[in-house]
Amino acid sequence: MSEKSMITLKIDGIQVSVSEGTTILKAAKDNGILIPTLCDLEGLTPYGGCRLCLVEVTGSPKLFPACATPANLGMEVTTNSERLKNYRKMTIQMLMAERVHMCAVCVANDHCELQALANQLGVNHVEFERNFTREPIDSSHDFLVIDRNRCILCTRCVRVCDKIEGVHTLDLKKRSKDTEVIMDLDESWGNSCSCTGCRKCAKVCPVGAIYIEGESITQTKHRDVAEFITARRNSK
Amino acid sequence: MNLSDIQKIAEEENEFQRAYKYRINVCCSSGCVPFGSFKVLKAFEDAVKELGVENICKVARTGCVGTGSNGRARFSEPGEYLYQCVTPENVREIVQSHIVSGVPVKKYLYNNSSYFRKQQRLVLRNAGKIDPTRVQDYISVGGYFALAKCLSTMTPQGVIQEIMSSGLRGRGGAGFPVGQKWSLVARVHNTPKYIVANLDEGDPGVFANRTLAEADPHAIIEGMIIASYAIDAQKGYIYIRSEYPLAIEALQKAIAQAKSMNLLGDNILGTQHKFDLELRFGAGAFVAGEETAILVSVEGRRAQPRPRPPYPANQGLWGSPTLIQNVESLANVPLIILNGGAWFKGFGLPNCTGTKCFSLTGEIINPGLIEVPMGISLREIVYDIGGGIPNGKKFKAVLVGGPSGGCLPESGLDAQIDYDSLKNVGAIMGSGGIVVLNEDSCMVDTARYFTDFCIEESCGKCTPCRAGLARIKEIFDKIAVGKGELNDVDILEKASEYIINASLCGLGQTAPNPILTTLRYFREEYMEHIVDKKCRAGICFKKQQDDEKEEL
Amino acid sequence: MSSTTVANMDSSSKVRVATVWLSGCAGCHMSFLDQDEKIVDLAKQIQVVYSPLVDVKEFPENVDVTLIEGSVANDEQLEVLKDARTKSRVLISLGDCAVTGNVTALRNSWENSDKEVLERAYKSPEDLQAAIPNMVPKLLIKTKPLHEIVKVDFYIPGCPPSADLINYVLTELLAGKTPNMEGKAKYG
Repeated sequence: MSEKSMITLKIDGIQVSVSEGTTILKAAKDNGILIPTLCDLEGLTPYGGCRLCLVEVTGSPKLFPACATPANLGMEVTTNSERLKNYRKMTIQMLMAERVHMCAVCVANDHCELQALANQLGVNHVEFERNFTREPIDSSHDFLVIDRNRCILCTRCVRVCDKIEGVHTLDLKKRSKDTEVIMDLDESWGNSCSCTGCRKCAKVCPVGAIYIEGESITQTKHRDVAEFITARRNSK
Repeated sequence: MNLSDIQKIAEEENEFQRAYKYRINVCCSSGCVPFGSFKVLKAFEDAVKELGVENICKVARTGCVGTGSNGRARFSEPGEYLYQCVTPENVREIVQSHIVSGVPVKKYLYNNSSYFRKQQRLVLRNAGKIDPTRVQDYISVGGYFALAKCLSTMTPQGVIQEIMSSGLRGRGGAGFPVGQKWSLVARVHNTPKYIVANLDEGDPGVFANRTLAEADPHAIIEGMIIASYAIDAQKGYIYIRSEYPLAIEALQKAIAQAKSMNLLGDNILGTQHKFDLELRFGAGAFVAGEETAILVSVEGRRAQPRPRPPYPANQGLWGSPTLIQNVESLANVPLIILNGGAWFKGFGLPNCTGTKCFSLTGEIINPGLIEVPMGISLREIVYDIGGGIPNGKKFKAVLVGGPSGGCLPESGLDAQIDYDSLKNVGAIMGSGGIVVLNEDSCMVDTARYFTDFCIEESCGKCTPCRAGLARIKEIFDKIAVGKGELNDVDILEKASEYIINASLCGLGQTAPNPILTTLRYFREEYMEHIVDKKCRAGICFKKQQDDEKEEL
Repeated sequence: MSSTTVANMDSSSKVRVATVWLSGCAGCHMSFLDQDEKIVDLAKQIQVVYSPLVDVKEFPENVDVTLIEGSVANDEQLEVLKDARTKSRVLISLGDCAVTGNVTALRNSWENSDKEVLERAYKSPEDLQAAIPNMVPKLLIKTKPLHEIVKVDFYIPGCPPSADLINYVLTELLAGKTPNMEGKAKYG
């Protein structure tokens, strides 16, 4: 990393210095500014799908996903304007209204990033009518379970399976609101011959969509492990 | 094969064609084939033989001549006669009268001079005039001369300069200057470089690119080869919908011909330049026409856009620099090279040069594929070219730019066609779809229909487009069954604004356009639906009754 | 927060507070009672005029603040909610069921759940005589959170909301301020 040249930019008025190629999200995080995100996870390829980490860059009318936009020399980034706050609240509402997100009966209650963000951003109700989907729940695997009704389609599981475990068991099928995480060529998880049972998907899932039967959620969501995995990936 | 060979082919072909006094062009495009064009073609061939005029009359198949009527055939030389409603049954009568006796059959003539008068056909210069299955036809009208000129007399930099000076902007919708795009890719020195021609035209009611590919596939190919020379690319892909079988066939044939004539492959026209071309078929996803989604689809993966930067010019196909260009932009390229950028600037507006193809459909007297100079007004398109609204009905709105375009009322008709003016009134150039609506249509239902389309076609990657549009649909569904509330309009506006600004790609960023423009120009109709529970066109609540019947 | 605030009323009389229990588990009421000694301070300022905790049958007129626990699952609750809305100046959704539908709304995923839920509850394969009692109110096709039916002025999510949070919102409202929920409320 030290060979890379350092660049300076302003994030929320604070002058920060990061190595070239760092994303805005990482640059902000390293300097104590947390930008909310659900799809991004350090070590995974940036996705830019959840749109929570949108930031304003002075001089451009467009909003940029901080997770996928590299920091540039002299950039002036605003991470927390009223407009961005409103959009983030809207995104959280959209996600909560899209499928069944009932925290009280969810396995990931208190360990859920969506729940935490809703609380943090003060989304105390959802303006839109909530959807009660009946996406299939697959518990055919020995210990891994997927409840697609809780899935927010961040594809962290798909990316960790592909890029870090290297087997690409998980992928998406269909499109739009019907998009679904599937195993192999739409096999049931128990019949998937490529799944190695590494549990990484459950560890990176920000919500309670993929979990491990018979393991406490505290242990599953233990971030140290996920960070270890992703750190190894980074230092390869 | 080199320039002189091409000239020789052109001369031979012209010689060959001059031998015929008459030429009958039978339209065999997707619009006419369902009405039996191939049978008509066969009937003409038979009739010409039977009546013994085969040595003065040539019968050829062509692409679309541009009008929306069925059974088209064009008689050229001498004069230009366009017949419509030609069937295998009346072919003999037409040949007998027109060719043998020299009297055109009036009752079948397409008698509408105003349809073509305001059009300027650059991209569609050969549509309906040449046989797309014969490369000689294309060469005889000056085809591949531009390529030969590039390779023999111009530097790649010079080609880019010429395109830049023409002011040509991308016809895919966003209007990015073509020359600038080329120079961005040319500047990157990584190899290999790729070119992707975008022929993924997924909008309902839009058929401009399809018709172009069916009528003049070689123009696209020539444009691509010239681009490959300018940016030093060795491999190109034409990404085409698999729903376009005729266009695919035309392109496949054209590529094979170009390969056999050494216009594609190694040492093109005896020079060092090398370029290979392949077709890639889309599986019918609208979003695959998006710049970054098309790349992953060509790579064989799920068509989902990704954030930019990195831009395709730096990291495109398989991480290599890639030029993505709409086929309509590419078909302009040979013309610009042959006649010069300054000549091209003579068409359209100073800051928005050239022409644009539009698919004119809906409630209109003369539907069809039109090509108009930039700067023409919508009123001229609807009334002068399109001939106005049939059956004495009143004009209500025109939807410009496909399913994510804007619905403009009567007052918006004076907007002129160019990227910025359309944006100002809330519409977009988009894919070039113009749908005319008459007084029988309900604007709430129209907005709902196009929102539905965008929901279906959303890839599901980003939250605003996937979840946001679905929420908007729920609100529309409520309004359409009479359960709308006043603050629903505010929620629609708020959510639309959010989707436009927060979405990842052009699909989400433009999808709420029909909603916002109908709210802007036809707000009173929303209010009628919500307050009076009334649909003036009688569409919305009728649907509800039907639904209820089904439930019972 | 709407323009209706609680503070600008006559300070000589106590603020009239009602609590309503719709489709919920009473946990939110438990949490309300769980305010420990703070409830004593609160009691100096408020008077509970209607609640499952007091013996009043009719929802009174002119209520200043109404806290509603639970979602709207049947037609009786629909009436109660509409009645409470017209008679209250400030209406607060208390707890996840009122805010999101929560457990009570999980049946919404199933078609015909309004009928099947009752059958499942009252009938069983073993008991052929069992029938749904006719005094059971008719279930709505879908269980809904309050704000999908009436205008709600404030939301306190939580399953249940913590006693401190309820106390915070009420004291802020009584002091004429708008509570800031960022980082305080918690679903689930």
